[in-house]
Amino acid sequence: MSGDLISREPIAMEEGAELLRFSTCGSVDDGKSTLIGRLLYDTKSIFEDQLQHVEDVSRRRGDEYTNLALLTDGLRAEREQGITIDVAYRYFATPRRKFIIADTPGHIQYTRNMVTGASTANLAIVLVDARKGLVEQSRRHSFIASLLRIPHIVFAVNKMDLVGWDEGVFRKIEAEFRNFASKLDVQDIAFIPVSALHGDNVVTRSENMPWYQGAPLLHHLETVHIASDRNMIDVRFPVQWVIRPQSAEHPDYRGYAGVVSGGILKPGDEVVALPSGFTSRIKKIETFDGPVDEAFSPMSVIVHLEDELDVSRGDMLCRPSNKPVVGQDLDAMVCWMADQPLTPKSRLALKHTTRWVRAMVTNISYKLDVNTLHRNESVPSLGLNDIGRIQLRTTAPLFYDEYRRNRTTGSFVLVDESTNATVAAGMLLSEPR
Amino acid sequence: MISYQLGHLKALEAEAVHILREMAAERERPVLLFSGGKDSIVLLRLAEKAFRPARFPFPIMHVDTGHNFPEAIEFRDRRVKELGERLIVASVEESIAKGRVVEEKGPRASRNRLQTTTLLDAIEEHQFDAAIGGARRDEERARAKERIFSHRDEFGQWDPKNQRPELWNLYNTRLRKGEHFRVFPISNWTELDVWAYIREEKLEIPSIYYSHEREVFERDGMLYSRAHFTELLPGERFFREIVRFRTVGDMSCTGAVRSGARTIEEVIEEVAASRVTERGATRADDRFTEAAMEDRKKEGYF
Repeated sequence: MSGDLISREPIAMEEGAELLRFSTCGSVDDGKSTLIGRLLYDTKSIFEDQLQHVEDVSRRRGDEYTNLALLTDGLRAEREQGITIDVAYRYFATPRRKFIIADTPGHIQYTRNMVTGASTANLAIVLVDARKGLVEQSRRHSFIASLLRIPHIVFAVNKMDLVGWDEGVFRKIEAEFRNFASKLDVQDIAFIPVSALHGDNVVTRSENMPWYQGAPLLHHLETVHIASDRNMIDVRFPVQWVIRPQSAEHPDYRGYAGVVSGGILKPGDEVVALPSGFTSRIKKIETFDGPVDEAFSPMSVIVHLEDELDVSRGDMLCRPSNKPVVGQDLDAMVCWMADQPLTPKSRLALKHTTRWVRAMVTNISYKLDVNTLHRNESVPSLGLNDIGRIQLRTTAPLFYDEYRRNRTTGSFVLVDESTNATVAAGMLLSEPR
Repeated sequence: MISYQLGHLKALEAEAVHILREMAAERERPVLLFSGGKDSIVLLRLAEKAFRPARFPFPIMHVDTGHNFPEAIEFRDRRVKELGERLIVASVEESIAKGRVVEEKGPRASRNRLQTTTLLDAIEEHQFDAAIGGARRDEERARAKERIFSHRDEFGQWDPKNQRPELWNLYNTRLRKGEHFRVFPISNWTELDVWAYIREEKLEIPSIYYSHEREVFERDGMLYSRAHFTELLPGERFFREIVRFRTVGDMSCTGAVRSGARTIEEVIEEVAASRVTERGATRADDRFTEAAMEDRKKEGYF
């Protein structure tokens, strides 16, 4: 990995280039960090001082190659142990798109950090070692990606150099995974044979694998269609903050600030405020830069209504004919993230959109075996990194959608009120039981 | 046809505005840290986007080492006045006078490290429970690991191995008494994004970001500005050079780069073509050890 001097080229970003957030996952030693290093290196996104640093440290440690993993393993403990503990975020851009990488750990004990990285991703790259094929962690990670409704998954079959660039090996892994994936809820899956170490099919097409007709990884990342992954149908506007200046200049100003979480808002639209149920019309949609004709996800805007309603943080605006589910009995998939197990009767704080409520676990339906997707219905509790289906009762109603319909209005977190630790990621299912 | 796509800068802006409003709604006593540097200049604009036409629901605070660039201080005062907001200055000079910290001696002395105590003292004095900062994950590898709502214990310490999972945009803003958050709305921005945003929003920045002639001296391969406290080492001398700064920090540890960039366009061109990171190029404080930033952050450094 030495040789050519890196020169960062001026980045000529297209006007309005899209942002793609992706996470990388895979088992330990499958080469995630090397792949990211390769992407950054070949897109000329590594600076000389960073590379110099990595080269110095690699040499000092006696590594055979420049260890690109050192670019992303930023904590002392990670470097000592040579493993990734927490999510690292990395950035690069091509003229077509701007990328945010969440480099997530492969170790099973850090699954919660993987879920952290995956929760905001448009796409997940699951790395598989060509010599090993599908292992537990590859199944686990693809299942989590599907559970978190990451719309696009790329299976990067890595270390093809170590299996003689053999198409048979690649096809076997592909078939094995397609079989597993048929049980998952994923729309878009791509398979790409790569060598992260040597750069084959990462940024440029590999000459070692002429049998592969598809695009290299970067090209796929640049072109995968993400525009229709958001919900543009169901209008959802959780009120985040009420803007009411106490000034002579704006005596009657009352604007509802927040992020459009679904659908398209327009002035003149009839809206209903939950939980009050009062209806009004949108008078104006405003930003610091002036009024806008339309607002859509994920814009942060200020909505003004025709009538003076009592609307505050935690309320939600939507269309009268298209309301979310309103209820206190929730049915959800959760990933449990605390050492203390989750048991029925646990009382927790719950954050959903812009509201906090208290919740009690009323039942644990089952725990999932992420390898076989088998449901174990006779578990008394969920332990650290377990994924299961639970029921909750909240102190006040939530206005929510099924997670598969809207990742914003369908997600929540649970917080232990005695420690303030975030203990679970939750995804709501359609109908309360 | 409308594509209903936000360009990447607009998407980053929307995310930052959401973070600022979330913090304002859920914390009682936030404060926005402003140094006069480019990242915190962007933060002030984002706060306008989040809260105007109302006043900011927090004061602005500068941790003044007493060794800041005069141009940055002048800019700081003018900008805060234009915004009509309240400025608190926490002074390292005062911390030294009070005996809270001991000033380093000799030609290599820097007040950068002393800022930590001054910042933590100010947070305690004003009982702030959230300090909004302009740090970015692309700056440094320890920063790349940090959450947007970064939890600090009652000693102001960051525990990198025990961070709260940060899921979707559902920030867990809960604290115990005495603890606080460092909140980083522009975590996901790169240096180039910041410059592009400054161009897009036509934001004014301190003059030292643009090319100018200055009296400097060279040390360890970096160009430092002559200041009233400068002590030269044997063999060093002052000379005049055409330079600009990529970061605005304490004068004792912020290096200049040779540059002829006089406009925002030229600055962006230069940054885009640069082969070294802004910290690698201009910050001496990150060079002490392999994990210098992580170690300082654990102590409570910004």
